Amino acid sequence: MNPDYKLYHPKWHRMRMPIFWWLGKLSYTKFIVRELTSLAVGYAAVILLVQIWILSRGKDAYARFLEWLQSPFALIVHTLVLLILLFHTITWLNLAPKALVVRIGGRRLPDKAVLVAHYLGWLAASGLVVWYLVRS
Amino acid sequence: MVTRSREPFFWVLFTSGGMLAALVLPALVALLWIAQPLGWIETPSFIGKVQPAFARLFLFVLISSALFHWAHRFRYTLYDGLQLEHLYGLIAVTCYGGATAMTMLAAWVLWTF
Repeated sequence: MNPDYKLYHPKWHRMRMPIFWWLGKLSYTKFIVRELTSLAVGYAAVILLVQIWILSRGKDAYARFLEWLQSPFALIVHTLVLLILLFHTITWLNLAPKALVVRIGGRRLPDKAVLVAHYLGWLAASGLVVWYLVRS
Repeated sequence: MVTRSREPFFWVLFTSGGMLAALVLPALVALLWIAQPLGWIETPSFIGKVQPAFARLFLFVLISSALFHWAHRFRYTLYDGLQLEHLYGLIAVTCYGGATAMTMLAAWVLWTF
Protein backbone atom coordinates (compact mmCIF):
# COMPACT_ATOMS: atom_id res chain seq x y z
CA MET A 1 0.00 0.00 0.00
CA ASN A 2 1.15 3.52 -0.71
CA PRO A 3 2.31 4.79 2.70
CA ASP A 4 0.91 8.21 1.76
CA TYR A 5 -2.59 6.87 2.35
CA LYS A 6 -1.85 6.27 6.02
CA LEU A 7 -1.82 10.01 6.50
CA TYR A 8 -5.58 10.03 6.08
CA HIS A 9 -6.34 6.78 7.89
CA PRO A 10 -3.90 6.66 10.78
CA LYS A 11 -6.13 4.63 13.04
CA TRP A 12 -7.02 1.62 10.96
CA HIS A 13 -6.34 -1.72 12.51
CA ARG A 14 -3.56 -3.39 10.60
CA MET A 15 -2.46 -6.98 10.86
CA ARG A 16 1.25 -7.55 10.86
CA MET A 17 2.24 -9.51 7.73
CA PRO A 18 5.15 -11.92 7.65
CA ILE A 19 8.02 -10.78 5.41
CA PHE A 20 7.69 -13.72 3.05
CA TRP A 21 3.89 -13.45 2.68
CA TRP A 22 4.29 -13.70 -1.10
CA LEU A 23 5.81 -17.20 -1.15
CA GLY A 24 2.59 -19.01 -0.27
CA LYS A 25 0.79 -18.56 -3.55
CA LEU A 26 2.06 -18.69 -7.12
CA SER A 27 0.29 -15.52 -8.21
CA TYR A 28 1.78 -13.57 -5.26
CA THR A 29 5.25 -14.90 -6.05
CA LYS A 30 4.86 -13.93 -9.70
CA PHE A 31 3.80 -10.45 -8.63
CA ILE A 32 6.90 -9.95 -6.46
CA VAL A 33 9.19 -11.42 -9.15
CA ARG A 34 7.62 -9.03 -11.64
CA GLU A 35 8.27 -6.13 -9.29
CA LEU A 36 11.86 -7.30 -8.75
CA THR A 37 12.57 -7.13 -12.50
CA SER A 38 13.31 -3.47 -11.83
CA LEU A 39 16.64 -4.62 -10.37
CA ALA A 40 17.67 -6.07 -13.74
CA VAL A 41 16.53 -2.87 -15.50
CA GLY A 42 18.60 -0.76 -13.09
CA TYR A 43 21.59 -3.09 -13.40
CA ALA A 44 21.52 -2.94 -17.22
CA ALA A 45 21.33 0.87 -17.15
CA VAL A 46 24.28 1.16 -14.77
CA ILE A 47 26.51 -1.35 -16.60
CA LEU A 48 25.67 0.26 -19.95
CA LEU A 49 26.80 3.60 -18.54
CA VAL A 50 29.95 1.99 -17.10
CA GLN A 51 30.71 0.43 -20.50
CA ILE A 52 30.37 3.80 -22.25
CA TRP A 53 32.49 5.50 -19.59
CA ILE A 54 35.27 2.90 -19.88
CA LEU A 55 35.06 3.15 -23.67
CA SER A 56 35.94 6.83 -23.40
CA ARG A 57 38.99 6.01 -21.26
CA GLY A 58 40.99 4.36 -24.01
CA LYS A 59 41.67 1.04 -25.66
CA ASP A 60 43.42 -0.79 -22.79
CA ALA A 61 40.71 -0.10 -20.27
CA TYR A 62 38.04 -1.16 -22.75
CA ALA A 63 39.89 -4.37 -23.64
CA ARG A 64 39.89 -5.28 -19.94
CA PHE A 65 36.17 -4.62 -19.77
CA LEU A 66 35.53 -6.86 -22.79
CA GLU A 67 37.62 -9.54 -21.11
CA TRP A 68 35.41 -9.28 -18.04
CA LEU A 69 32.34 -9.66 -20.27
CA GLN A 70 33.80 -12.97 -21.48
CA SER A 71 34.32 -14.39 -17.99
CA PRO A 72 31.95 -17.23 -17.06
CA PHE A 73 30.71 -15.21 -14.08
CA ALA A 74 29.70 -12.23 -16.22
CA LEU A 75 28.13 -14.49 -18.84
CA ILE A 76 26.04 -16.31 -16.25
CA VAL A 77 24.94 -13.04 -14.63
CA HIS A 78 24.02 -11.52 -17.99
CA THR A 79 22.08 -14.59 -19.10
CA LEU A 80 20.10 -14.30 -15.89
CA VAL A 81 19.65 -10.56 -16.42
CA LEU A 82 18.41 -11.24 -19.97
CA LEU A 83 15.84 -13.76 -18.72
CA ILE A 84 14.58 -11.31 -16.09
CA LEU A 85 14.45 -8.52 -18.68
CA LEU A 86 12.39 -10.76 -20.97
CA PHE A 87 10.01 -11.37 -18.05
CA HIS A 88 9.80 -7.60 -17.59
CA THR A 89 9.06 -7.04 -21.28
CA ILE A 90 6.37 -9.73 -21.45
CA THR A 91 4.59 -8.70 -18.25
CA TRP A 92 4.87 -5.04 -19.25
CA LEU A 93 3.49 -5.47 -22.76
CA ASN A 94 0.72 -7.76 -21.55
CA LEU A 95 -0.56 -4.94 -19.35
CA ALA A 96 -0.68 -2.50 -22.26
CA PRO A 97 -4.33 -3.22 -23.27
CA LYS A 98 -5.39 -2.46 -19.69
CA ALA A 99 -3.45 0.80 -19.55
CA LEU A 100 -4.24 2.00 -23.05
CA VAL A 101 -7.81 2.20 -24.27
CA VAL A 102 -7.91 3.16 -27.93
CA ARG A 103 -11.17 4.34 -29.42
CA ILE A 104 -11.67 4.60 -33.14
CA GLY A 105 -14.91 6.11 -34.39
CA GLY A 106 -16.53 5.71 -30.97
CA ARG A 107 -15.71 2.00 -30.74
CA ARG A 108 -13.08 0.51 -28.54
CA LEU A 109 -10.21 -1.22 -30.26
CA PRO A 110 -10.08 -4.86 -29.09
CA ASP A 111 -7.46 -5.70 -26.45
CA LYS A 112 -5.87 -8.14 -28.82
CA ALA A 113 -5.14 -5.46 -31.42
CA VAL A 114 -3.44 -3.25 -28.81
CA LEU A 115 -1.42 -6.24 -27.62
CA VAL A 116 -0.32 -7.28 -31.11
CA ALA A 117 0.67 -3.68 -31.91
CA HIS A 118 2.89 -3.57 -28.83
CA TYR A 119 4.57 -6.89 -29.62
CA LEU A 120 5.19 -5.71 -33.19
CA GLY A 121 6.69 -2.56 -31.71
CA TRP A 122 9.01 -4.70 -29.58
CA LEU A 123 10.06 -6.67 -32.66
CA ALA A 124 10.70 -3.48 -34.63
CA ALA A 125 12.68 -1.86 -31.81
CA SER A 126 14.81 -4.98 -31.31
CA GLY A 127 15.46 -5.20 -35.04
CA LEU A 128 16.46 -1.55 -35.11
CA VAL A 129 18.90 -1.99 -32.20
CA VAL A 130 20.54 -5.05 -33.77
CA TRP A 131 20.70 -3.44 -37.21
CA TYR A 132 22.29 -0.27 -35.84
CA LEU A 133 24.94 -2.12 -33.83
CA VAL A 134 25.82 -4.77 -36.41
CA ARG A 135 25.94 -2.77 -39.64
CA SER A 136 29.42 -1.54 -40.57
CA MET B 1 -4.27 24.01 1.91
CA VAL B 2 -3.97 21.37 -0.75
CA THR B 3 -0.53 19.91 -1.17
CA ARG B 4 -0.06 18.45 -4.57
CA SER B 5 1.32 14.93 -4.76
CA ARG B 6 4.59 14.35 -6.53
CA GLU B 7 3.34 10.88 -7.42
CA PRO B 8 2.22 11.63 -11.04
CA PHE B 9 5.64 13.08 -11.90
CA PHE B 10 7.49 9.96 -10.79
CA TRP B 11 4.83 7.77 -12.34
CA VAL B 12 5.42 9.27 -15.80
CA LEU B 13 9.16 8.60 -15.45
CA PHE B 14 8.35 5.09 -14.23
CA THR B 15 6.16 4.25 -17.24
CA SER B 16 8.38 5.79 -19.90
CA GLY B 17 11.38 4.03 -18.41
CA GLY B 18 9.49 0.75 -18.20
CA MET B 19 8.38 0.99 -21.81
CA LEU B 20 11.81 1.95 -23.18
CA ALA B 21 13.46 -0.81 -21.12
CA ALA B 22 10.89 -3.34 -22.31
CA LEU B 23 11.39 -2.48 -25.98
CA VAL B 24 15.15 -2.00 -26.15
CA LEU B 25 17.02 -3.65 -23.28
CA PRO B 26 16.59 -7.38 -24.13
CA ALA B 27 18.09 -6.88 -27.61
CA LEU B 28 20.85 -4.65 -26.25
CA VAL B 29 21.83 -7.07 -23.47
CA ALA B 30 21.61 -10.15 -25.70
CA LEU B 31 23.82 -8.55 -28.33
CA LEU B 32 26.38 -6.60 -26.28
CA TRP B 33 26.83 -8.84 -23.26
CA ILE B 34 26.08 -12.34 -24.53
CA ALA B 35 26.30 -12.79 -28.32
CA GLN B 36 29.34 -10.56 -28.76
CA PRO B 37 31.49 -11.85 -25.86
CA LEU B 38 30.74 -15.41 -26.98
CA GLY B 39 31.82 -14.55 -30.51
CA TRP B 40 28.47 -15.38 -32.10
CA ILE B 41 28.29 -12.00 -33.79
CA GLU B 42 30.99 -9.66 -34.99
CA THR B 43 30.16 -6.01 -34.42
CA PRO B 44 32.10 -2.98 -35.62
CA SER B 45 33.70 -0.66 -33.06
CA PHE B 46 31.29 0.44 -30.36
CA ILE B 47 32.85 3.92 -30.23
CA GLY B 48 31.45 4.82 -33.63
CA LYS B 49 28.01 3.70 -32.48
CA VAL B 50 27.97 5.83 -29.34
CA GLN B 51 29.54 8.95 -30.85
CA PRO B 52 26.67 10.41 -32.97
CA ALA B 53 24.68 13.04 -31.09
CA PHE B 54 21.37 11.23 -31.59
CA ALA B 55 22.86 8.01 -30.15
CA ARG B 56 24.15 9.83 -27.06
CA LEU B 57 20.84 11.58 -26.57
CA PHE B 58 19.00 8.28 -26.88
CA LEU B 59 21.38 6.55 -24.47
CA PHE B 60 20.91 9.37 -21.96
CA VAL B 61 17.11 9.12 -22.12
CA LEU B 62 17.26 5.31 -21.94
CA ILE B 63 19.68 5.12 -19.00
CA SER B 64 18.04 7.88 -17.00
CA SER B 65 14.45 6.75 -17.46
CA ALA B 66 15.41 3.12 -16.80
CA LEU B 67 16.97 4.25 -13.51
CA PHE B 68 13.85 6.16 -12.49
CA HIS B 69 11.80 3.12 -13.43
CA TRP B 70 13.97 1.12 -11.03
CA ALA B 71 13.75 3.77 -8.33
CA HIS B 72 9.96 3.95 -8.40
CA ARG B 73 9.26 0.25 -8.67
CA PHE B 74 11.92 -0.91 -6.22
CA ARG B 75 10.68 1.61 -3.68
CA TYR B 76 7.26 -0.02 -3.60
CA THR B 77 8.76 -3.52 -3.67
CA LEU B 78 10.57 -2.66 -0.46
CA TYR B 79 7.42 -1.25 1.14
CA ASP B 80 5.17 -4.15 0.13
CA GLY B 81 7.50 -7.10 -0.19
CA LEU B 82 9.67 -6.51 2.84
CA GLN B 83 7.11 -4.55 4.92
CA LEU B 84 9.45 -1.60 5.34
CA GLU B 85 6.79 1.09 5.41
CA HIS B 86 8.28 2.64 8.53
CA LEU B 87 11.38 3.55 6.47
CA TYR B 88 9.20 5.51 4.04
CA GLY B 89 11.34 8.66 3.81
CA LEU B 90 14.73 6.99 3.82
CA ILE B 91 13.80 4.57 1.04
CA ALA B 92 12.28 7.28 -1.15
CA VAL B 93 15.32 9.53 -0.76
CA THR B 94 17.75 6.66 -1.45
CA CYS B 95 15.90 5.43 -4.56
CA TYR B 96 15.14 8.76 -6.25
CA GLY B 97 18.42 10.25 -5.00
CA GLY B 98 20.38 7.35 -6.48
CA ALA B 99 18.58 7.67 -9.82
CA THR B 100 19.16 11.44 -9.86
CA ALA B 101 22.87 11.06 -9.09
CA MET B 102 23.30 8.41 -11.80
CA THR B 103 21.39 10.60 -14.27
CA MET B 104 23.81 13.46 -13.62
CA LEU B 105 26.73 11.07 -14.07
CA ALA B 106 25.20 9.79 -17.34
CA ALA B 107 24.82 13.38 -18.58
CA TRP B 108 28.47 14.09 -17.82
CA VAL B 109 29.80 10.84 -19.33
CA LEU B 110 27.76 11.18 -22.52
CA TRP B 111 28.34 14.93 -22.90
CA THR B 112 32.13 14.57 -22.63
CA PHE B 113 32.29 11.35 -24.67
